[in-house]
Amino acid sequence: MTEPLQREEVVAARAIKVTFGAVKALDGTDLVIHSGECVGLVGHNGAGKSTIVNVINGGLSPHEGTLAYAGQEVHGISAARANGVRCVFQELSLCPNLTVNENARIMHAELKGWNWRSRASELVRRQLQKIFPGHAIDCDSTVDDLSIAERQMVEIAISFAGLNQRPKLVILDEPTSSLDAGLAAQLMAYVRTFIAEGGSVLLISHILGEILSTCDRIVVMKDGHVVADRAAREFNTHSLVEAMGNVVREQEFSRKATARAGAPVLSMPPHPRHGIAFEAYRGEMIGLAGLGGHGQTDALLDLYLEHSSNWWPTRKRDIAFVAGDRSLNGTFPLWSILKNLSIASLSQLSSRKMVSQSREATLGAGWKQRIEIRTPDMDNRILSLSGGNQQKVLFARALATTASTVLMDDPMRGVDIGTKQEVYEILRSEAANGRTFIWYSTEMDEIRLCDRVYVFREGAIVAELVGDAISEKNVLAASFSEGEAA
Amino acid sequence: MKLSSGTIRLIIPAASLALLLAAVFYMQPRAMSYTGLNLLFNLAVPIALATIAQMLIMSVNDLDLSMGTFVSFCACVAATVLQNSPLLGVLIFIGAIAAYAGMGVLIHVRELPSIVVTLGMSFVWGGLAVLLLPSPGGTAPSWARAIMTAKPPLVPMAIVASILIAAVTHYIVMRSSFGVLMRGTGGNDRSVERAGWSVIGIRAATYALAGLFAILAGIALVGLTTSADANIALRYTLLSIAGVILGGGEFVGGKVSPIGAVIGALTLTLAGSFLSFMRISPDWQIGAQGAILIVVLALRLALNRLEKREKHQ
Repeated sequence: MTEPLQREEVVAARAIKVTFGAVKALDGTDLVIHSGECVGLVGHNGAGKSTIVNVINGGLSPHEGTLAYAGQEVHGISAARANGVRCVFQELSLCPNLTVNENARIMHAELKGWNWRSRASELVRRQLQKIFPGHAIDCDSTVDDLSIAERQMVEIAISFAGLNQRPKLVILDEPTSSLDAGLAAQLMAYVRTFIAEGGSVLLISHILGEILSTCDRIVVMKDGHVVADRAAREFNTHSLVEAMGNVVREQEFSRKATARAGAPVLSMPPHPRHGIAFEAYRGEMIGLAGLGGHGQTDALLDLYLEHSSNWWPTRKRDIAFVAGDRSLNGTFPLWSILKNLSIASLSQLSSRKMVSQSREATLGAGWKQRIEIRTPDMDNRILSLSGGNQQKVLFARALATTASTVLMDDPMRGVDIGTKQEVYEILRSEAANGRTFIWYSTEMDEIRLCDRVYVFREGAIVAELVGDAISEKNVLAASFSEGEAA
Repeated sequence: MKLSSGTIRLIIPAASLALLLAAVFYMQPRAMSYTGLNLLFNLAVPIALATIAQMLIMSVNDLDLSMGTFVSFCACVAATVLQNSPLLGVLIFIGAIAAYAGMGVLIHVRELPSIVVTLGMSFVWGGLAVLLLPSPGGTAPSWARAIMTAKPPLVPMAIVASILIAAVTHYIVMRSSFGVLMRGTGGNDRSVERAGWSVIGIRAATYALAGLFAILAGIALVGLTTSADANIALRYTLLSIAGVILGGGEFVGGKVSPIGAVIGALTLTLAGSFLSFMRISPDWQIGAQGAILIVVLALRLALNRLEKREKHQ
C-alpha cells in the first residue's frame, strides 16, 4: 500500500454511482489506475466490473462522482481515447465484414491520407509480431475468415498499437477467453513488458492464476462496491475467492433431502472434452451456476429443443421455458395481461379450436390471485405493469401449462426483492407438487434456494453441488479455474 | 492461393451474367455487335445507378423502399424543371439529397425501421412527381440525351457507363476511408462508435450519397426515354434490391459489393431480353425472371454453405 514515489494517475474514478432503474450497478466506487501498473479486477457476475469499465472508457456517464484522465475532468468516448485509454471488450468488437487493416483504420482515426492501407497493415503486423511472435495472420484477410482466437489476437494487437501516440491504459476484459494456453502466456508476458515501458493495464479475467501472476494490484468488486484493493502478492487463490464471496451471512433454507426416485426426467451427456453429465429428477429444483455466458443458456436451449420438435408444434408440451430477457423474447407488448398469460395454454382452454373466453378468464383470475399480479384489470396492457409484475405473468404463463418441467433462463434479472420472495414461494410449492425446475441464475441467493447445483465453466459442467455444499464459496471456487486455461 | 470471401462472392454473379450473355448470343448471334450490345444493356444504366444507391443504404443495414418513386420523381424533375430553369432544378436536387440525409438522421436518432420511414417517403415522392407531371411528358435536357446516346468508339455507351459506375463506386465503397466507416457501421456500429466516430454522421452521409446516385439514375433514365412520367421507375424499388442481392450483397452485416451490384443490374436487364428471345409470352416473363433470381440465389446459398463447412473442418 505504501508506494514511495507518486506516480501519475492515468485515470481516476472516485465515488462513482451508476444506477439502472432500481438496480445500483455502482454504488460509490473508487478506481484509480497509475501509470506503470497492472491492475487486476475480479468479482462475480453483476459486481459492476463491466459498468466501471464502461465508465472509464467513456461509454457511460456516471450519475454521480468524478472521473479524471491524467488529472483533467473530461467525459465521453473521444476524451477517453484522446487520453490514451483503449479497451478490448469481452465480446469481440471488430467489424466482421471488414479486413484486418480496415478495422485498424476504424480504431485509429489518425491513419488517414494516402496509402493508409499498407501503413495500417504494417502497424498491425508489427504489433502482432511483438505480442504473439510466430503468428500466421494475414492482415488483408476479412475478419469473418479468421478463427475466434485470431480475431481476439487482432483486436488485442490493434488496441496496443499506436501510430503517433502509444496507448496509456489498455483495458483487457477477459482477453484470454478464446486464446489457448500458449497464446495466453504470450499475451501476459507482453502485458509485463508494456507495464515495464510505463503503460498501464486493467485486466479482468476469470482465470485467477493469470490475475495473480500478472497484476501488481488486485481490486475485488462485489455488488457495486470495491471490497478489497491490495497488492497482488498479498493474495492467493484462496483468499481471492474468499474476498469475492460472502464469508458470513448464512441463511437457513428448508432444503428437502433429495429423493432420486425413478429415472431422471431430463438428462444431458457431458461435454465431449470435459465436464460431467446433467440429470434432473422429478420434483427437483436444479440451479445452473457459474459466470455469465459460460454455456448455461445454451444448455437450457438444448434441453428445450430436445424435448420439443422444432418443425411441428406438439399438442401437449411437457416442458416450459421462462425467458430471461423479457422485452426481447418474453412479453407480447401489444397484448393484454390475460392474453400474455394464457398464450402457452391455449390448447387446454379451447374446444374445437376455439378459445373459450370464460375458461381463459377463470385461469387469469386464478393466477392473478395466486401470484398477486398487481393490476385492477387483467385486460390492461402488459406494459402497464412494473417489470417485476411482468415477470410474474411470464412465470404464471409457464406454470399454467401442464408442463412438468420448467426451464428458467435467469428470469429474475432486474426484479425487486419483494417480488422475488413471492416467486420463490410459488416455485417451492410447485416443486413440492412434483414439478421440476431447471434454473439458471446469476444471483447467489437464488442458487442457494436450489436442491442441487451444476456449476458451468467454458461450456461444460465442472462441478455438482448438493445440499449444504451449495455455498457462494464453493460456486466461486468452481467457476474460477486456478490457472490451467482450457 | 486462397481466395478471399469477397472474391468468392463475386464469382456467382459474374458467372451467371456470362452464362446469360452466352445464351443470348447463341439464340440471337446478331446481338453480338456494337448496336446489339447497346440495345441489350441500354436500360441497365439507370438500373445500375439505382442499384448502387440501394446498395449504399443496405451497407448500413437499412433498406430503401422509396427508391422507385424517388427515381421517378427525379426523372420528372429532370424532364421539367431542370430542362426549363437549370438552377432551380439543381436546387431541387440538392434539397432532395438533404432530405435523404435527414431521413438517415431520423432513422438513426429515433431508431426507426428504415422500411417504415422509406415506405412513407415513397408516397411523398410519388405525390411530388404527380404534382410536377400530372400526365406523361416533359423533355430530357439535351446534355443528358447527348451523354446517354453518345457513341464511343469500339465499346457501346452502356458498357462504358457500367464499367465507369462500377469503378467509381468500388473506389468509394471498398477503397476509401469513408467506405470503410460505412461498411463498418453495417458490420458493427457499436465498435465504430466506441472508436470515437459519429455514427449518425456516417449514416447521414451514406444516405446523402445514395440520394445522389438515385438522382443520377433519374437523369440517366430521362436521357434514354426523352420524356418522363410519374410512374416511370416504380419497379426500380424491387429491381434495385434484387440487383444488390444478386450481386453478392446481403441484407445485414455491411456485406456489399459495388461491382457485384452493377453486374446484378446488368443480369436483371439481360434476363428480360433473354426471355423475349426465348419467345416466352410477356405474361410469363415476370415469373420466369423470378425463377432466374431464385436459381442464382440458391446457387449462392449452396456456395456459402460449402464455404462454411470448409471453415469448420
